[in-house]
Amino acid sequence: MTWLLVAIGGAVGAPLRYLTDRAVQAHQGPGVPYVFPWGTFTANIAGSLLLGVLTGAAVSSPVHALLATGLCGALTTYSTFSYETLRLAETGRAFLAAAHVLASLLAGLGAVFLGAELAGGFGV
Amino acid sequence: MSEQEPRELPEPGPPSAPQGRVLAAVAAGGALGALARYGALVLWPAPGHGFPWTVFAVNVTGCALIGVLMVLTVERGRVTRPLVRPFLGVGVLGGYTTFSTYAADVSGLLVRQEIAVAMAYTAATAVAALGSVWAAAVATRTWLDRGGRPAARPAALDEGRTA
Repeated sequence: MTWLLVAIGGAVGAPLRYLTDRAVQAHQGPGVPYVFPWGTFTANIAGSLLLGVLTGAAVSSPVHALLATGLCGALTTYSTFSYETLRLAETGRAFLAAAHVLASLLAGLGAVFLGAELAGGFGV
Repeated sequence: MSEQEPRELPEPGPPSAPQGRVLAAVAAGGALGALARYGALVLWPAPGHGFPWTVFAVNVTGCALIGVLMVLTVERGRVTRPLVRPFLGVGVLGGYTTFSTYAADVSGLLVRQEIAVAMAYTAATAVAALGSVWAAAVATRTWLDRGGRPAARPAALDEGRTA
């Protein structure tokens, strides 16, 4: 049962990330060159915020499997995040690459804490 | 033999397949990737404290695999089927690796006052993930430059690919 819930969450989270990425890139406009990977950044921070809420709300195991492990896990990504950082570095944008990593880490961490706080704290 | 340094890499634009089929491929891949990550956590459960080794390993291996995939598809066009990148890249590897669990694990370590482990985990994941995507991309390019065969040719080693 848990496996099914994780699969369903993953089947929703990944397309949600894809659509977020497309929407953000469309918002940037077709003539705007690919500079900062805002699409993946947005999906990663949104997923971290939601996972913070789920952690703070101390949801039941099935809900955790569906929304935390499945949906948040697939909505966010480390592989595309790393590849996009590599692209920035290899195309001579070392500063942006470093800024991308630092901004993602800080915003992701902040989003988890904010989400947990909104849902009632970490409960420690 | 030696190709130019890819200063301007091809942009990973939108897939050329119809939107519905792309979304289906991404969803199927996302389910498989999430299951693979969950399976790893079932095999090697997180102890609830200390360094989250399983998620660390998941993220680092996923980053190495996307390095191979993106060179084969977007960069060199060796694999051109339109649903390969949505399924394997956006779906499977995107669903397999996770940023949210990483951020939440760091938060948990900080809340439990395991400050040194939190900092070590934050830095180690970032360095290992970026190192593995870089190493995998360079290795795949080198392999393709040699004609796609793992032949021992020392000349291919000094192409000066400084990323």
